[in-house]
Amino acid sequence: MIIGAKICMLIGLFVFMIATIGFLRFPDFYTRMHATAKGDTLGTLLFVVGLALYTLHYGFHWFSIVQCVKLISIAVFWFLASPTATHALLKSAFESDLVPWTKDGKVVLAWPPKKRK
Amino acid sequence: MEGFSLAVALVLCVIILLSLYRGVFGPTVFDRIIGAGFIGTKTIILLLFMGLIFGRIEMFIDLALAYSILNFIGTLIVSKYFIRKGAR
Repeated sequence: MIIGAKICMLIGLFVFMIATIGFLRFPDFYTRMHATAKGDTLGTLLFVVGLALYTLHYGFHWFSIVQCVKLISIAVFWFLASPTATHALLKSAFESDLVPWTKDGKVVLAWPPKKRK
Repeated sequence: MEGFSLAVALVLCVIILLSLYRGVFGPTVFDRIIGAGFIGTKTIILLLFMGLIFGRIEMFIDLALAYSILNFIGTLIVSKYFIRKGAR
């Protein structure tokens, strides 16, 4: 149980580190958001599942099981909420005419996007 | 497990400090919003680890759940507010 918890937490820490490097080093808003959104969701899921495994190591009392269910509910809520918040922020940035970065400076899409009536 | 959780919490603090750079000096408003959300997620995990270190995880789980809901609502509202005011 404890070994599984430690392995889950170490993988989550690795994912968080990669997300932070991407957040600091990528050139554009959209690419930074790509890095942080995925890293946040997967890292939080792994950490919370690791802690839920760790709370079960005393044995299967009802107390440990209630804590485990609460931790899994945090994981499920964050797994639904984090992509929703990312999508809302991305749509907000897209509608306020933030131009995506390209290597040669030419835009790929027709830009600016069509205004809604 | 005590030393392990302390080490993981310290590495999370270093990650928060590193991502605070982009949160403060980000070129656009949206970078700052992402930085705030990123630090909020790390704070949820740090709260759970504080519960683990203090030996009272059953209290800190509720705090972490409330904080995750607050982080989600905050990001949604701020992104709704900046929908045509950002990038300038």
